[in-house]
Amino acid sequence: MSTQEFVTFRICDQMFGVSVSEIHDVFRPSAMTPVPLSGPEIAGVLNLRGRIVTAIDARSRLGLPISTKSTTSQRLAIGVERHGESFGLIIDEIGEVVRLEESELEQNPVNLDATWSSVSRGVYRLEDRLLVIMDVDRMLAGAGAEDTAAAA
Amino acid sequence: MDDLLSEFLTETAESLDVVDIELVRFESSPDDKATLNNIFRLVHTIKGTCGFIGLPRLESIAHAGETLLGKFRDGALDVTPEAVTLVLASIDRIKSILAHLSDTQAEPAGDDRDLIAQLEDAAEGGLQSKLPPPVVAKIEAPPAAIEQGDDNGRWDADQGRYLRPGEVSLAELEAAFRSVDGPEVREAKPVAVAAAEHEEDRKAGPGASTIRVNVDVLESMMTMVSELVLTRNQLMQMLRATADSQFKTPLQRLSGITAELQDCVMKTRMQPIGSAWKKLPRIVRDAGQDLTKKIDLVMEGEATELDRQVLELIKDPLTHMIRNSCDHGVETPADRIAAGKGETGTIKLRAYHEGGHIIIEVSDDGAGLKTDRIRAKALEKNVIDAAEAMSMTDAQIHRLIFAPGFSTAAKVTNISGRGVGMDVVKTNVELIGGTIDLKSRQGAGTTFIIKIPLTLAIISALIVGVGEHRFAMPQLSVLELVRAGKRCEHKIETINATRVLRLRDRLLPLVALSDVLNLIDDRGEPDHACIVVMQVGDTRFGLIVDEVFDTEEIVVKPLAKRLGSMSEYSGATILGDGAVIMILDPNGVAKSVSGAERAISRAADEAAAASALAAAKAEGERTSLLLFSAGSPEPRACPLSLVTRLEELDASSFEVTSRGHVVQYRGRLMPLAAAGGSIRREGKQPILVFSQGDSVIGLAVDTILDIVEDRLDIELNDTAPGILGTAVLKGRSTEIMDVGHYLGQADPAWAAAAAQLETRRARKRVLLVDAHPFFRNMLAPMVTAAGYDVTVAADLQEARGRIAQDAAFDVVLADTDITDPDALAGISNARIVPLSSRRDTEAVPKSDRHALLDAIERAVRHKDYALGEAA
Repeated sequence: MSTQEFVTFRICDQMFGVSVSEIHDVFRPSAMTPVPLSGPEIAGVLNLRGRIVTAIDARSRLGLPISTKSTTSQRLAIGVERHGESFGLIIDEIGEVVRLEESELEQNPVNLDATWSSVSRGVYRLEDRLLVIMDVDRMLAGAGAEDTAAAA
Repeated sequence: MDDLLSEFLTETAESLDVVDIELVRFESSPDDKATLNNIFRLVHTIKGTCGFIGLPRLESIAHAGETLLGKFRDGALDVTPEAVTLVLASIDRIKSILAHLSDTQAEPAGDDRDLIAQLEDAAEGGLQSKLPPPVVAKIEAPPAAIEQGDDNGRWDADQGRYLRPGEVSLAELEAAFRSVDGPEVREAKPVAVAAAEHEEDRKAGPGASTIRVNVDVLESMMTMVSELVLTRNQLMQMLRATADSQFKTPLQRLSGITAELQDCVMKTRMQPIGSAWKKLPRIVRDAGQDLTKKIDLVMEGEATELDRQVLELIKDPLTHMIRNSCDHGVETPADRIAAGKGETGTIKLRAYHEGGHIIIEVSDDGAGLKTDRIRAKALEKNVIDAAEAMSMTDAQIHRLIFAPGFSTAAKVTNISGRGVGMDVVKTNVELIGGTIDLKSRQGAGTTFIIKIPLTLAIISALIVGVGEHRFAMPQLSVLELVRAGKRCEHKIETINATRVLRLRDRLLPLVALSDVLNLIDDRGEPDHACIVVMQVGDTRFGLIVDEVFDTEEIVVKPLAKRLGSMSEYSGATILGDGAVIMILDPNGVAKSVSGAERAISRAADEAAAASALAAAKAEGERTSLLLFSAGSPEPRACPLSLVTRLEELDASSFEVTSRGHVVQYRGRLMPLAAAGGSIRREGKQPILVFSQGDSVIGLAVDTILDIVEDRLDIELNDTAPGILGTAVLKGRSTEIMDVGHYLGQADPAWAAAAAQLETRRARKRVLLVDAHPFFRNMLAPMVTAAGYDVTVAADLQEARGRIAQDAAFDVVLADTDITDPDALAGISNARIVPLSSRRDTEAVPKSDRHALLDAIERAVRHKDYALGEAA
């Protein structure tokens, strides 16, 4: 029986989980510079300890309403490294770390929205709620990459 | 890969580069012992190392090459270009084997018998029939030895192994030694050579002052120093904010050290540009041989240093440009002598620093760019349209060679001219934030000027602001800053909502950065704005921003791939205050401008062309002429205005009737006449189509050459029918066709109609009364050209005199600015046409050629009508 540790976090009302090994750090995005002409899910770029981090708004990516919190600095971001590039995924709230059985992961329900099912690896049934395991690569790849991923 | 092997590959590659250069140098100065020794030593080292590592193929080639070089060194053979080519060929073979080695870590299969045999043959004096092979040459393996050997070579009992190709058995060697009758000669030479070699070693100096460092280490050092610089900048910013701090002194020291460290690390990345030039002498030599041209390559400023990353990126464009210069720039020896130049052409490569940039010039003393050919080619390839072609300056035309898909090479050679030419060079140079320009003088040569930044890692940038946003703009493309506003000297004006700025003597197209980046700008039109005047390639434009802050040395950080697809940005950077800002890509910004810019420059060009035309008229009527060849190799010409269309028709569709050739053209029969040559029976036949009234006629020519605009000074000659005379066009004597003669042959009705028109016009006489010499000079030739007889008068009194002398004027053109036209009415029965230099009166404007000629035509008809009535 192999288990895996997941960091949980909340976006809107939904809990998500990402494998601990995938997350570099969690930080408060401050002094974010917007990038004109970029897609709506690009929240901007910011300086994290001398590295330039591309911040992606998870709500926007998932087609959820824009956060009511006026400034992004009140929100949190999870830092991910991909192909030598740094990304920050802006979320609403960070949760605890949970250890779960890999075998208990259930497939996405067939009626799940296309955007959501493309970024979801599966769902865990926790006692009080559902935990969606996020595919970080696809989350970062942007809306355009979905079709190609689905085709492949 | 095996450490030993990788070390060998690096070292050998370096040695081979040197050998390449030295060989070319050696070829031009065969007496240079030091060069030869150097080559010999390098080849010898390669051979030795190959044998040591166990690379038999390489070893045998190197051995054969060394043998030949040995002959040169001993003076046993004269140095010939063929022999050097052979040695170079063996170097190339070694290189290709090395490339295979580095890929697969094993020597490729196959053998080099062919090459080795050639080398040995050369060593035997095979390339030099005039000299008998000297006795010492006999000690090398006789060619027969090679032919006998199988794949493993022959067995040598003395060494207990098979001989390698090119190797001789010990027994043979001893036999050869014994056969040499003068051993003292053999001994004397190696001693001298050895001494020379030692000398060479001393010149090279001790090798311990340099070490090899992995490039990755340098790269990561550079990254870390960049970070350090940023942190330093942040600290200094904090320090400025606090009035007094105990950190002040140590921080300033830190700042100083950081700057020095940055310099040092930058230096480690710096390489002399000469290392990118190493291959060029060989390329020029080979190109020269291929094209049978004599070309010298002169290099200046090899020691000029630049970042190795930039160096790598500039290598290929430079190579291409040098090839181009060899192929298109330098002429053949015969052409050069004909042009009064020396037989040998020179390509000069020059590098120097200029204000944080490095300038590389590639110049040749060749024929220069052929403006007309480029213009014609650009038209043919639809790079420009006819109106543009007429209005562009020579320099603008020259720059068209950077346009994509443009290649003027008349024939495709293996040196250059595959249509992927200078535009690729330009793209590559622009990719590293550089610019390229050229200067060319017909007959004197062409110079390309490349300006590139010293390094890509740290650039100087201008920080600009729009609303809440700040952006960095690379300084290289910024020409100047202009403040514009209500209270300023410069004002932003609009043409159809397109913003422009009068800057000195030209209109500068403007584009707002907020529009380029699609930023919401709800603050309305600001009182003042800053305009960043930028030059990107040929495009010059102004970028409207709200504020310009400062220039800053910024460290360019690549964008995440997700953002990298946007052409407006080239990267991002962290400023001293810790904020991340986007770096604008001048090329990307220019793209969004080009639409607006094109319209404005077109308008400006048209105005310029109009004034140029007026100026040309003042100095004499210029005529557009169509050049073609027909019947003879000399060009012939006819005025372009007479030609209705140019066609290329299929000769198989021509029909022969009793009146000559006809062809179905646009639903009717068109008679054809041959202009000198004969009408083809098959293939494509170029046809000039003339039309007058309802009749259409085709004139068959051999080839259509060009369109030129020139003053038409015809020297009449009446020797040949169908030729009006000759004129000098573009430096060549050109026969001007009497189009009517040929057309008369095909269709007699045409000749009659033309003659009628001609007589009607030629007999009419016009008196031009104008006070301004400028207008007299402009209008008189124009009216004459339209087929009237013109007499000129400067004022009313002179006009009266002219009329008194000769009252038979049909039309009087009277300038209303100086005379009252009615004053002339009583004196002559000519029709008076009032003229004016203004357009707002009822008089005919002088500037409108068509209106004026129409008015004269009408006046003539009116008068003829009135006369007819009277009769």
